[in-house]
Amino acid sequence: MTKILLIAEHDGSALKPSTAKCVSCASQIAGAELHLVVFAADAGSVASEAASLDGVAKVITVENEANEHALAAVLAPQIVALASDYSHVFGPSTTFGKDLMPRVAALLGVNQLSEIMSVEGTHTFKRAIYAGNAVVTVEAPADAKVVATVRIASYKAAGSGNSASIESASVSADIPAHTRYIGLEAGASDRPDLLSAPKVVAGGRALGSTEGFDIIYALAEKLGAGVGASRAAVDAGYVPNEMQIGQTGKIIAPDLYIAIGISGAIQHLTGIKDAGTIVAINKDEEAPIFEVADIGLVADLFSVVPELTESL
Amino acid sequence: MDKILVGIKRVVDYNVRVRVKGDGSGMETDGVKMSINPFDEIALEEALRIKERGDAQEVIVLSVGSADAQQQLRTGLAMGADRAILVEADTAVDTLSVARVFKAIVDRESVDLVILGKQAIDGDNSQTGQMLAALWDRPQATFASDIKTDGNTLVVTREVDVGLEKIEIDLPAVITADLRLNEPRYVKLPDIMKAKKKPLDTIALAELEIAASPVLKEIAFEAPAERGKGIMVDDVAGLIAALKDKGLIQ
Repeated sequence: MTKILLIAEHDGSALKPSTAKCVSCASQIAGAELHLVVFAADAGSVASEAASLDGVAKVITVENEANEHALAAVLAPQIVALASDYSHVFGPSTTFGKDLMPRVAALLGVNQLSEIMSVEGTHTFKRAIYAGNAVVTVEAPADAKVVATVRIASYKAAGSGNSASIESASVSADIPAHTRYIGLEAGASDRPDLLSAPKVVAGGRALGSTEGFDIIYALAEKLGAGVGASRAAVDAGYVPNEMQIGQTGKIIAPDLYIAIGISGAIQHLTGIKDAGTIVAINKDEEAPIFEVADIGLVADLFSVVPELTESL
Repeated sequence: MDKILVGIKRVVDYNVRVRVKGDGSGMETDGVKMSINPFDEIALEEALRIKERGDAQEVIVLSVGSADAQQQLRTGLAMGADRAILVEADTAVDTLSVARVFKAIVDRESVDLVILGKQAIDGDNSQTGQMLAALWDRPQATFASDIKTDGNTLVVTREVDVGLEKIEIDLPAVITADLRLNEPRYVKLPDIMKAKKKPLDTIALAELEIAASPVLKEIAFEAPAERGKGIMVDDVAGLIAALKDKGLIQ
């Protein structure tokens, strides 16, 4: 029987949007029973939120002081202790899941599928390789557990009208002391989360400086949008890495994506290919971004972006 | 610490646009430029800096793959690594097996710290470091943007989705390098000459007696779906009209 264990991602008080998207992916596996597991110091509010997600049969909570912060070395052995009843173990393709799931897979003695973007069967999935230059269909062995991360940009969030049962579990696993959490320096953000924002405005190297990005922030604020950047802008030091969109940054799928001064290298395009509408503003009419844009405007960004912000 | 081991993967160069073969059986990689995986260069640079500031004695580079990977190992030696090991395999090696090879070399060499790139730009998996740490039962600090060494503990800053996370780990450990950890040095001609004399040992994969892993079969390759051609607008007014038309703004 197909039973899926999905590792919930949360910040201690609320679920991250990535979890509801993984639920949608897992729900596409025919006949599967889906259990969500919440590792936390206090799982209370996260567990009730998890139980409301459509498609979840059961929520399992594993409460332990050591689980207050998500450290892969701490969580992986606990997941392995729970995994024996399951045919599949899934997590999100966020930095949380990318850090954790390969560790789980290796402990279980299996290879791991990274960033599945479509379910073709209980053991067959599609994923992107070479910066999205190709999509490969991968078949996992039928006689081994499937451990995978889900490309969250490929899925819409599951609904939340459910009331699954919540069960507390205690697991016996050796929790290592060799890895210790110190702290988190969160990026300045009252802005919408880049990974789940319905609208995203992003800037490239053409912005020229950290100050140059001010017009991007102003437009984003007017639109209520998240803010991203190309790798070139991150490399140049204009913005922090958590804003990077593309192969080596975040893969996103907003309803509206506005690329400003971004040329559109393949490594960037793979990060936005599932966006609803792509708008490109660039002064170079030959820029590859125009090949994928739904709406293109060839213009000097320093004049049209403030004008656009003003007009909205 | 004594030894740092760095992984070097030979991959299609960052600037090459790789295409799917006409028959969908794989990727068209014949004759294209090959390079060190960019994140592995960052990993090696960091290892060299740790050694240069006196916190490590030796930097070893390791690659798992065909004999052609000697080229990338030589580049690693030219950057400053002390010696190189090639674990030679004639066919593709799955990720878990690569992690097992690293574990075998870690044991053989009594390595204190392994630094790998956070992902290879061909398979885009981002798994080897985490898997090695699991097999070794040691700490992992993935997506590192800063490493501070203090005797047997390291404080590593990690690039996570919401910002920068700091963790403290005990050696031995595995770190994977993110983009902003450093800027790798350029190799100079005299270093290339010197690198030719540095030791490069080859070990056959079979010799390590790595346990077989359940392998993920890649059964078909296809080009990604193209997005339809869009429209061009002339000015901001045109852009706003187009966005309203799609119901994206009021």
